[in-house]
Order: sequence, then structure tokens, then C-alpha cells
Amino acid sequence: MKVITIDPITRLEGHGKISIFLDEKGNVANAYLQVPELRGFERFCEGRRAELMPQITSRICGVCPVAHHMASTKALDAAFHVDPPSAAKKLRELIYSGYYIYDHTLHFFYLGGPDFVVGPDAPPAERNILGVIKKAGLEVGKEVIKHRAYGQKITAILGGKATHPVCGLPGGVSKSLSEEERREIEKMARSCVEFAQKALQIFDQVVLKNQKYVELIKSDAYTLKTYYMGIVDDKNRVNFYDGKIRVVDPSGKEFVKFSPSQYLDVIGEHVEDWTYVKFTYLKKVGWKGLVDGPDSGLYRVGPLGRLNAADGMATPLAQQEYERMYETLGGKPVHSTLAFHWARLIELLYACERALELSQDPEITSKDVRNPVGAPGEGVGVVEAARGTLYHHYQLTEDGLIKKANLIVATTNNAAPICLSVKNAAKAFISGGKVTDGILNMVEMAFRAYDPCYACATHFALGKMPLEVKIYDHERRLLRTLTRP
Amino acid sequence: MAKKGNKKLKFAFYWAASCGGCEIAVLDIDEKILDVVEIADIVFWPVALDIKYKDVEAMPDGFIDVCFFNGAIRTEEQEHMAKLLRKKAKVLVAFGACSHTGGVPGLANLANREEVFARAYLESPSTENPQRVVPKTSTKVPEGELRLPEFYDRVKTLDQTVEVDYYLPGCPPAPPLILKAVEAIAKGELPPKGSVLAPLKSVCDECPRNKTKPEKLSIPEVKRPYEVQLDPEKCFLAQGIICMGPATRGGCEARCVNGNMPCTGCQGPCPNEVDQGAAMISALSSILGVEGEREAGYDPQKLVEKVVDPVGTFYLYTLPASVLGGRVRKK
Repeated sequence: MKVITIDPITRLEGHGKISIFLDEKGNVANAYLQVPELRGFERFCEGRRAELMPQITSRICGVCPVAHHMASTKALDAAFHVDPPSAAKKLRELIYSGYYIYDHTLHFFYLGGPDFVVGPDAPPAERNILGVIKKAGLEVGKEVIKHRAYGQKITAILGGKATHPVCGLPGGVSKSLSEEERREIEKMARSCVEFAQKALQIFDQVVLKNQKYVELIKSDAYTLKTYYMGIVDDKNRVNFYDGKIRVVDPSGKEFVKFSPSQYLDVIGEHVEDWTYVKFTYLKKVGWKGLVDGPDSGLYRVGPLGRLNAADGMATPLAQQEYERMYETLGGKPVHSTLAFHWARLIELLYACERALELSQDPEITSKDVRNPVGAPGEGVGVVEAARGTLYHHYQLTEDGLIKKANLIVATTNNAAPICLSVKNAAKAFISGGKVTDGILNMVEMAFRAYDPCYACATHFALGKMPLEVKIYDHERRLLRTLTRP
Repeated sequence: MAKKGNKKLKFAFYWAASCGGCEIAVLDIDEKILDVVEIADIVFWPVALDIKYKDVEAMPDGFIDVCFFNGAIRTEEQEHMAKLLRKKAKVLVAFGACSHTGGVPGLANLANREEVFARAYLESPSTENPQRVVPKTSTKVPEGELRLPEFYDRVKTLDQTVEVDYYLPGCPPAPPLILKAVEAIAKGELPPKGSVLAPLKSVCDECPRNKTKPEKLSIPEVKRPYEVQLDPEKCFLAQGIICMGPATRGGCEARCVNGNMPCTGCQGPCPNEVDQGAAMISALSSILGVEGEREAGYDPQKLVEKVVDPVGTFYLYTLPASVLGGRVRKK
């Protein structure tokens, strides 16, 4: 059997490789997306100081460090039995909105968008941000660079630095916001709202006005009928930072709604021997392998997962766009994988509107940003990372060290559907042994829509080191011995 | 951006065992990225460009002028790419803490491969794996064979794998340091081979709170950041909170301190120090406790006991590069 490999897959976060097997007629027998990497975090988190976890786990992913930072901080709130002051929660959500502005902009314009703006079968040397700038013009390019930077700047003002922020502590945040900083953020957020609207206009012009792309979006090659998961607020609207986790079935009906602490009842993880990534599924439906439909426990997360799992958006402009998307694509839920791109831009608009709202909140400059912690115990923290629902679960020792940690990251939730999408696209586009670069890129588009992060998905693993340090004085007399079992 | 000569340079960016934060750090030079692509063609960058491994294999040796390599070495594939890019690049820069000193993923040297696999694939509470399946380097599927790169027992730094010309420290490197390095490359004004491309001072030297650090520092009690209200202007060590600033190389502009949290040491050791953790333990042992502590009724062992998790505190980014290297004792 002939094998075609795409190695490495590109314009995503982390490592991956696609192997496509062709039968004797040159048609696709099967296709596998393998993740060839593993770093291992859970085990080496054991024994660490709990308060360091928001900073250690942010190193799982430098593209979505804020997501890990916040999930970790919220897990510590729960584990230390402390509820942060209202201003601290708002500051966290403001940082979080900044992170979404940067991350969703990054994906549409740098990673996934070039496939549409430059074209799926454009020469590989042009299918990138530089090609986007060439095609859409330097002015658009500069706007993209500026607003991605604004997102990062909002995070850095509050978090110390944007990649690997430091401000999250159990019970609140380390730093309050000055009036001067608030004004700066407000100004940036206002500009971001306009930018997000422009981004949606670009999507309209480039994608929706192009019949070929619309057909591609609606085609079976890029369709999966799965369950969907996302955090919702008390009115079932999308929320990135806090709320309950809602799952809808492939017909759009609510399947379950649960609190973070119940995640082990809902989600299971399955192991295959041909990839380092694990596959999640809904326990009540069960693991049925790489198949879609109501009898398979596969569910999808991320922008389309969230929009499908919710009843709407909490800000006015984003809500209009939300309604428009479902009207255009034939109602809820939307099963088209390429609609992730559209959903992502609607979320970008929501993040910008939410950042503006929060920057204008009278409470946002309050100095009351941290509450004292209670006794260390066990806690689960959940947020919506840009790529989907993210779970951090810690057990602490009496000394506030990590005893056990378990993480389910955004891309792990999507790992099985991504494999399935790649296989379907390969089967749809490759026949009679005819393979071009453009065709292979259309196979890659099947995973790219999810904006996967295989750095996140290969975090798992490890441990503490017994250490003895002896301190001697200048005459080599032993002064002190530091011992850790 | 000033440049020596007219010929465009060729840059490559690659990631091994890393988080992607180093790629984002490159984008965080913002509009200056447009200046960079004026002076250099980027010939390999998986996060942003559709150039595959086979394209790199096809390049003549020394084709790439400068390769910025981030991430530590943990798998067969990463080792292969380090060797390949070493061959294809005239100058190899270890970019960021993971390739420089091992980084946070280097803490995995506290366990071996079997323990990593057991935790990830067998013991995690959300994993259901009654058949006890773990990933293998070769798997037979109905259509043929699937291969995965071998997962090594240990995390290595880049210079424990191949010869490295320069180091850009930080987790991730601060954009001003990246720009300075690129400018030096463009002008052909790089320092001697083996240099760390960062200032010769410590984080304390560039910390805005340095003026509040007492001449003679002594810490009567070690505190943890979540236990106390943090003074937003006072030196962390003076507050009794362990801050890696004295043992950490500067160039980061003390960004974490500006977020009102102590330095955790991502820039690696100060110039001429080999082991950052040892340097900090040494610094701490001279300031921990007070003069005449025994007479005053202090028990030094008690004080030291408050320094919980020494590995995570002193070696958060440098375990593979340290003299300790990793865990050797078996329980």
C-alpha cells in the first residue's frame, strides 16, 4: 500500500504528522494524524509549591499561557477554599479577554486564514501571513499586527508579561489596575472592537462572497456530526472565564450541564498506541472509536463547539453576528468544521466588546483584589481556552504542595474529531492516486480549522527529586542541612 | 534595520520540546517583523510557513545563515532535527530557556520514561485504559505501519546534543533582546562564539525595586506569595519572599516584578556562574536568618524548612543544565 506523509503539518501550535494510506486504485484506505511529541507535566508538578502552578502550567503552552494560568488559578481558589473579590474576578476576565483578542487574531490571520485569503491551493511559499499582507494590503497587515499586539499588551499590563503571566494567586490577583492603565486598556479595547468588525467584513468579502468557499464549508468532506461542549453563563450565553459546562447532542439538544468539580463523571480519556495524544469522549455515550454521530461519545470544543453549546452571546454586536451565522448556515447546530473560522471571528468581536465593558467598569480599579486563603485541599478549575474547554484538577498537601495534578486540555477534547476530519478530507479529495500540494493542503485545512495546539495536548507527565543540600562555612564545618524526602 | 552587505540573509526557526511561547516572542517584536523580512528570508518556520522536513533535508549544508532553535531535546525526532539544522545552518542560536538550560519541561528529569508513561496513560483519574495501552514507536495498523519517534529517558539542552554558537535566554526571550540579537546579526557584529546574548548584569541590577533592597539584607522568616499581602514597591527578598533576582541574568527588564510577583529565574545563571540554583542557595544561606540567631532562639533548620520545594524554587528552568542534572537516587 502506498503511503503519503505530510511531515510536519504546519501553521499550528506544536508537532504533528499525517500518514495517508492509498489502496491499489490510489484511493484513500485510511489516514492518521499522529502527534509525535510528549513532554510530561502532571508528574513533575507533584511536589511543587501550589502557588507556582499558574506559572508552571502556563509553560504547557506559550500560545495559550493565559488559559492555563487562569484554569490553574481557579483550581487553586477551589483547593484553598477562597472566593476572590469581585474586582479580582473582573480583572482576571479582562486579562482573559486580552488573551482572546491576541489568540483569535493570530489564528485567523497567521495560521488558518491564509488558506482562504491567499487560497487553499496557492503556492506554499505564499500561504502565510506575508501572503495575506501581500494580498490584503500593507495597511490591513499593519492593523492585524497592531491589534494582535494590543491583546498582548492588555495581558502584559495586568499579568507582568503576556507570554507566561504571573499575576494569578489563590484568592485573587497580585496586582490592581491604576487609572492610567485602565484608560490605556479602554483605548485599546475600543480600537479592537472596530478591528474585529473589520475582520468579520474581510471574512464576508473573502469567504462568504466566494461561492467555491461556501460550497467547501457546506461539503461533506468538512462535516462531522458530533456533540459540542462549552462554558455558559446563567443565561446559557458563551463565557470564556467562568460558568457551568454545557454539552449539546448532535441535534442541538442539551445533553448535560455540569459544574467543574463533576468533570470526572462526564469525560473519559482513551489511549491509542500509535500517537502520544489521548482521546476524550463522553462517558455516558462511550468510546466507539473514530466515528461521529449520536451513538459515538466524541464531542467538539473551541469556537464552534462553544457557539453550538450556547444559546447566544453576551454582547450586542457579537449576538448579531451569532444570529447571522446560524441563519446563513441553516440553523443550529452547525456541523461544518470550516465554520470554526467564522465562529472564531464572532468570538473575537465578543472578546473585544467584553474587554471594553470591563475596562469601563467602575470597580475595575479597586484595590481590593485578593482575599485570604483557607486550608489547602482539593480543587478543579475550568476555563474556555481559545481552543476549547480546559480542566485543571489539583490535590494539595497540608503544606500547600501539589500532591496530585490532572489536566485535560483543549486540544485533547478535539483530538479524536481532528483525526476523523483529516481522514474524511483525505478520502474526499484524493482519488486515483492523484495528489498535489494543493490537495494535501486541503487535508491540512481539516485540522487547521480547529486551531489545534499539540504542545498543550502532549503536556502529560512528572515527579519530585529528593534533595539534600549541606551548607558549610569557610572552614568546612557543616552549618546546615536542607533535606527534602 | 541596518545591514552589512546587500545579500539577503536566510533565517530558520524551529521548535523542539517547547511550548510555542518562543514563536510568540518572535511575533511580539510586532511591526519590526516587517523589518526582519526586509533583511532576511525565512526559509523554515513550521508555526507560520508551509515548508516541510523534506525541504530542509534538500537544502545544501550551511544554506541557512542563522537558525533560532527553541525547545529542549526529548525525542528521537527532536534530536534528528537538532543535528540536521546544525548541519544546514552556519550559526545556531539556542533560543529561550528550554534549549538554553532545559526550561520547565526539564523538570521531567525528576522521573524516567516509564514513570512519565505510567502517569500519563495509566494512572490519570480521567483515563480509562483497562488494556493498559501505551504509545509505541511502531504500530501495525490494518493498512501498514505507523511510527512514532522514540521518547527518551532524559531531557537534554541543545548544547548537550549539538554544538551551539549563541544563547538567547528567557522564558520566553524578551522582544528587546531578540531585536538586539537580530540587529547584531544583520550588522555582522556578533560577540565571540558561545556568548549569551544578554546584558552582563543580574535581574536585581535592573529591578525597579533595587533601591528598596537594604544594604545588609537578612530574612528572619521565609514567606510564600499567597500567604501575605504583597507590597507593590518593596524588594521581595526584603519582604521575606524568595526572589531569584540575585542569581538570575538580566535583560528581561524585571517583567515579573512589574506584575508584582518575584523572579523565578527564567533568564538562567548570571555571567560566570555555572549553576544558577547553587548560586541562589549560596546567596540565600548568607541572608537567611539573623545575626546571633541561635542566641535569639531561632532554629535555622526551621527557617530552612520553610524553603519548601527547593528544586521547583531554585532549578525551575535549569535542571538539565545544572550540576545535578536530574534525579539519580532511587527510593
